[in-house]
Amino acid sequence: MKKGYFGEFGGQFVPELLVPPLRELEEACETIVASSDFQEELGDLLRNFAGRPTPLTRCDNLSRDLGFTLWLKREDLLHTGAHKVNNTLGQALLAKRMGKKNLLAETGAGQHGVATAAAAAKMGLGCTIFMGATDVVRQAPNVARMKLFGATVVPVHSGTSTLKDAINEALRAWIARQDDTLYCFGTAAGPHPFPTLVRNLQSIIGQETKKQAAERMGRLPDAVVACVGGGSNAIGMFYPFASDDAAKGVRLIGIEAGGTGEPGCYNSAPINLGTPGVLHGQHSMLLQDAFGQVQPSHSVSAGLDYPGVGPEHSYFAQVGRVHYRVVYDAEALRAFETLARREGIIPALESSHALAFVLEHREEFTPGSHVVVNLSGRGDKDMGIVAGLLPSLQGDA
Amino acid sequence: MGKSTLQQRVEQANKAGRIARIPFITAGFPTKAEFVGILRELDAHGADVIEVGVPFSDPVADGPVVEAASRVALEQGVTLPWILEQLAGLTPRLKAGVVLMGYYNPFLQHGLERLAADAAKAGVEGFIVPDLPLGEDAPMRAALRAHSIDLIPLVGLNTSEERMREYAATASGYVYVVSVMGTTGGTNSMNATVEDALERVSRVFSVPVALGFGIHSPQQLASLRVKPQAAVFGSALLRHLEAGGTVAEFMKPWVS
Ligand SMILES: Cc1ncc(COP(=O)(O)O)c(C=O)c1O
Repeated sequence: MKKGYFGEFGGQFVPELLVPPLRELEEACETIVASSDFQEELGDLLRNFAGRPTPLTRCDNLSRDLGFTLWLKREDLLHTGAHKVNNTLGQALLAKRMGKKNLLAETGAGQHGVATAAAAAKMGLGCTIFMGATDVVRQAPNVARMKLFGATVVPVHSGTSTLKDAINEALRAWIARQDDTLYCFGTAAGPHPFPTLVRNLQSIIGQETKKQAAERMGRLPDAVVACVGGGSNAIGMFYPFASDDAAKGVRLIGIEAGGTGEPGCYNSAPINLGTPGVLHGQHSMLLQDAFGQVQPSHSVSAGLDYPGVGPEHSYFAQVGRVHYRVVYDAEALRAFETLARREGIIPALESSHALAFVLEHREEFTPGSHVVVNLSGRGDKDMGIVAGLLPSLQGDA
Repeated sequence: MGKSTLQQRVEQANKAGRIARIPFITAGFPTKAEFVGILRELDAHGADVIEVGVPFSDPVADGPVVEAASRVALEQGVTLPWILEQLAGLTPRLKAGVVLMGYYNPFLQHGLERLAADAAKAGVEGFIVPDLPLGEDAPMRAALRAHSIDLIPLVGLNTSEERMREYAATASGYVYVVSVMGTTGGTNSMNATVEDALERVSRVFSVPVALGFGIHSPQQLASLRVKPQAAVFGSALLRHLEAGGTVAEFMKPWVS
């Protein structure tokens, strides 16, 4: 396979001015990230700063109804509230060892921005976060958290003023600041080497899950389900299974966000509803019109609201190792409420998509089997959004 | 391989004792109806080559001016087939050559072979694709070469001499030097770093050198110790037109 490619997907479609910093990062991945010294320090940060390993929780109440055992990989319990910190700690440590003084990053919902700002504060790095102007308003509490960590938040007014435009602006800024700044990319997408770097940093999710499954189930799970925005929590969960011959029989299911599902409405499901194209440095599945213009995306979950997807997912879809399915806003909201009521856990709306697939398609899972859902984040950040959407939260207290 | 038409155009300007003039205009800016007229005026007022911007939803190498122009064009329904159709009727009547500058995805979705054939029919002599660096450019370069169309390489102040040599091995037309570590329309100090880069590029490439991004007046070039063979100006022209200025006024300092 060509370097930086997963089958026909991947690549490095960037302005020539970004080739030198990407090369520098590639080299740092091979020398610094691969070193035992780096891995040791990162391991310490993940344990003692972020809170790893995260538990594997058995959902006894829901399992009784479902007729199979539902488990949750609890990335929601990590510091800053989502899996994003696995990646940002790795990249912040890398930046420091590369001699960089600053991080810059894009963010949509603000989860990656918060995780980047926290990692930068911890590592003593400067931090600039680009965020679509629409998202700055929608996700005000996360903007405040980023600022509290000392980050500069730059609202982006171009294009659709959302995540994809924040990525454009971050790439532009990196051109000018490459000497002393690392672009801390938020998902397993973008130009090579980001898809591989982020996947490797997130693979701890799947590695821990396999180990915990062996201890708790006495074997591998039968199915593993994760939501797919850019694809980092899902690839981090799937890759240790997909790259292990002994785990060939484990069903891997990625969930894309279908939006409202009404005809003519935008969605965030490029693998199911898009076509191959080039955006943000990569060739991958993409929501676009007949002329190659990128379509706006939509999902009730801001973290899944993106018209593209990481190239390795496009590849896994093409070769059939992972099955990608669509879950709609209403199904995710139902799952959000169900998990809170039945298991005492508030999932992020992103993770609720993965959970919803299991709850809404229980007939697709064998009775008595073990099903793991990656609970990529906690839902506190979504309370403002669901308050207006869930009937149970309407009316007087 | 002989010299391409684009290379000859630049060299002819140089023979006449001047730097070749390459204005950039986003197709369909400020309105679709004005597109053909603006191209004809640029041609009449001394353009040697005209770079026509193909609008894209996510122009990562562009600053706010070109991005806004791109959005205006898209809102009016400007598409690649429309641009090619307009050019097919126009290029036979232009003295200047036409180059399309745009991001890879719209070209890829058109189909690279079909694009090359359609572009040849439309009289397009070259392409500039800012998100298609060496390493990803082989399919497009091969498709264009079959129709003798140049794929113009872009290099920057941070491009190593070694990488320039790799670019030079396949370069035709001219080589485009990005004069800022930033996006189109960026501010440019024309400092020693730019001169060093121009020197390196001139040493490595046998095709002429065009300097662009952030150029707004011929005075900027006057102070350069090492001169490019061509100058590209885009954001400044777009800004001028947006403020109600005419092409003739804008081109005047470049022609006199
Ligand atoms: C909790 C949570 N899950 C999932 C995602 C989607 O990103 P990815 O597909 O990279 O995991 C996000 C993004 O913000 C998130 O915050």
